[in-house]
Amino acid sequence: MKLLTGNDLKSGAVVWWTGHDWSLHIEDAVNAGDRADEIAQREEAARRVNGPYAVDAEQREGKARPLHIKERIRALGPTVRPDLTLKPADPDHRDWVI
Amino acid sequence: MYQYDSYDQAMVDTRVEEFRDQTRRRLEGKLTEAQFTPMRLKNGLYLQLHAYMLRVAVPYGTLNSRQMHALADIADKYDRGYGHFTTRQNIQYNWIKLEEAPDLLADLAKVEMHAIQTSGNCIRNISSDHFAGAAADELVDPRPYAELLRQWSSFHPEFNALPRKFKIAVIASDTDRAAMRLHDIGIQIVKNDAGELGTAFYVGGGMGRTPMIAPCIRDFVPLDQLVSYSEACLRVYNRYGRRDNKYKARIKILVHELGAEEYTRQVEEEFAHLLDQGIEPPIAELERIRTCFADPAFGDGARSVDRSDPDFALWVDRNTVRHKHDAYVSAVISLKPVGGIPGDASAAQMHLMAELAKEYSFDELRVMHTQNIVLPHVKIADLHALWTRLDADGLGAPNLDTIEDIIACPGLDYCSLANARSIPVAQKISERFAANGKTEALGELKLKISGCINACGHHHAGHIGILGVDRKGIENYQLLLGGSEAEDCSLGKITGPGFSEDGIVDAVETAADVYLRERAKGERFLDTYRRIGIEPFKEALYG
Repeated sequence: MKLLTGNDLKSGAVVWWTGHDWSLHIEDAVNAGDRADEIAQREEAARRVNGPYAVDAEQREGKARPLHIKERIRALGPTVRPDLTLKPADPDHRDWVI
Repeated sequence: MYQYDSYDQAMVDTRVEEFRDQTRRRLEGKLTEAQFTPMRLKNGLYLQLHAYMLRVAVPYGTLNSRQMHALADIADKYDRGYGHFTTRQNIQYNWIKLEEAPDLLADLAKVEMHAIQTSGNCIRNISSDHFAGAAADELVDPRPYAELLRQWSSFHPEFNALPRKFKIAVIASDTDRAAMRLHDIGIQIVKNDAGELGTAFYVGGGMGRTPMIAPCIRDFVPLDQLVSYSEACLRVYNRYGRRDNKYKARIKILVHELGAEEYTRQVEEEFAHLLDQGIEPPIAELERIRTCFADPAFGDGARSVDRSDPDFALWVDRNTVRHKHDAYVSAVISLKPVGGIPGDASAAQMHLMAELAKEYSFDELRVMHTQNIVLPHVKIADLHALWTRLDADGLGAPNLDTIEDIIACPGLDYCSLANARSIPVAQKISERFAANGKTEALGELKLKISGCINACGHHHAGHIGILGVDRKGIENYQLLLGGSEAEDCSLGKITGPGFSEDGIVDAVETAADVYLRERAKGERFLDTYRRIGIEPFKEALYG
């Protein structure tokens, strides 16, 4: 499956394509499939996000997870500062990254 | 230390307002990201893995307490309460919002700081010896010359679009504490046979994917021709440096491909032309700068400390360095607590360091390229009081130049260029050696970790170096041995196949054990490696 990701223009935060908008949470990401490049171009043109691009992903326990470690770390936040990740109180949130 | 004059302040203030306008236009959608990227990069604003990152210049690593307090305030106001001191004496903030960046830069400008030329293909922050002005072995304080070069290189119109980024280091002692020969230009202030001061120029060094040690292209340039000779070096590079391939665009490739002799011939030709043109700034400007770096009013005092507290005595032995005045030392504040993130400091720690600088070090601090902080002028009589306050706030780690004093780039935890994480490896190694008790026995052992081939973690120059690579989406770590960025400069060699994250920690301990087994009296790890070669290490690592 293909996920679409980029960085929010104002904050630079990692965002994921939900099918109609962008979310901070990879749990909201949807499979952009064959339309990934087309959506990326459209969103780039609309200047809503910086540099959207597609990443390869798979379903793990019903959740979309990028195949490459770099994208998994992007989805989580720095592995060395769990307090700065999106869900600092949830240790399970980090188990799938490394 | 240097204080802005009205020109400096006006330049920085004007730049802030220019960037404020550029940012507004980007946020309003009037600029595309492709148009805006070079503008933000020229102001030190990167887009990294999780957010915008701002790199703030700390010229030749020198700060006063007001500036350090301001850096702490910025960490609290615009970031997430911390900053990261880098391997080029700068500080980075990892969580900056674009819309707040102009206000941040305005706050920096109020304390005579900026982020200009901390990115892009231009002359970057001039680095120097972190003990400058304090070191017992220096000929002169190198910082006035570094400052002169800072002024020359800031907004230099001819060098605003070089083939690639350009880094200069200036030192003034035979002991190299600034990795001088691994810079695009390394400048050493020297004395000739007539007793006159001048500069030796080393050109074409660097790390990255093609590490090279800079050759000396001229062993004496009179001090009143420093800018002209620098300009000649840059002009030849700007004219002939490759722009067709970014991986071959650094000056080291040009010097290597032309040969040092031919490159030097062209520089000398250009230099003669520039001398005719008379571009050197007036000597009065250098004198004006030099007055900013006058020695503080050193007083007399005790030459030794009460060593009855063993923890304090260990810290004194490891983290203080001889000063040019007998009653003083330079004290190194380690930003490498066991299991910590090398180079990170919280806002509270930055405020504390600023307070201590004010109280104990004539209001001065230095950023080391090894990601620690120096209080350059501390009275020996004040050391116990200083250490007590540092230790109470987690800043008293006694590990300067030991295996726990690890340089590590941000790696894949923060950096969009990285292939592997650096910080967790550094954390595990420091924890391993703190637990196994070998740190003291190992003595001086410089370990440096990079998360990619760009080598921000200086892995080529570590006595032990670690390079993180990507093996089909899995982090893998190569081990290098035998590097040095000091005056005995050398490049490390890869031992063989790489290791997993846990495997590299074991491998480092194995290499350390080989040293402990093989060393002769008085040898450092690097000395033993150079004497016995890589084979005994490979045998132990790979059997």
